Amino acid sequence: MAKQSNEPVLWALFSAGGVFAAFVIPVHLFLLGLAFPLGWIPAPGYEYLHALVRLPLARLYVFALCFLALFHWAHRFRYTLYDGLQIKHLNELIFSCCYGGAILGTVWAGYLLWNFR
Amino acid sequence: MTETRQPARYTEYHPRWYRSRVSTWWWLARWPYLKFILREISSVFVAWFVLVLLLQIRALSRGSEAYAAFERWLQNPLIVLLNLITLFFVVLHAVTWFNVAPRAMAVRFRGKRVPDLWIVGANYAAWAAVSLVLAWFLVRS
Repeated sequence: MAKQSNEPVLWALFSAGGVFAAFVIPVHLFLLGLAFPLGWIPAPGYEYLHALVRLPLARLYVFALCFLALFHWAHRFRYTLYDGLQIKHLNELIFSCCYGGAILGTVWAGYLLWNFR
Repeated sequence: MTETRQPARYTEYHPRWYRSRVSTWWWLARWPYLKFILREISSVFVAWFVLVLLLQIRALSRGSEAYAAFERWLQNPLIVLLNLITLFFVVLHAVTWFNVAPRAMAVRFRGKRVPDLWIVGANYAAWAAVSLVLAWFLVRS
């Protein structure tokens, strides 16, 4: 288990990610994952989207979304595994995999967005 | 009764020693438990969405051909099915999140607590507004 003192920070990230995810992910996923591929709504063109993501504000938004949503996942999934599977001896491994995954994902997001051409 | 004649064996009273075994599948026993686990599992689908979004950003960065390939990948029936399931879970996440909002933020106005229903209603209204704004940015034919 982590030191007690880390918990408030991790919980704050979980909570912020939960709010962010609740407000924006359903509409993003509906459009990107269903409405556009299935042709219910005409998909935006490459040129338009590329220009949109070129905007620094848009990239900051995507970065914040990825960072917070991933830490939200890490925290919630960690406790789901603790509670659901009762594998206490693996708690440290679960901790490392969840937050390690979130950190890797955040670094990847930062790399992609920083080098976006 | 034959049992009463057997010599009694006493155990010292140590309540904390007693732990009843809980099955790994405890969360299937009752609907509220299952609902709890489904809500927690929604986080996996939040992470899946982040992955799809980052793949989109990567494809956009690599050029129009890479982006066309990404769009074809999104049309794969398995991916569509996965995204349909993901939509269910992210909406479940949003609804359960907004419904507990009054307990997370107890808003007071002129010394009185704002009714829970108003806070939930405000969250849903904000959700609708945010969704419309994002759709306005993304729906361009």
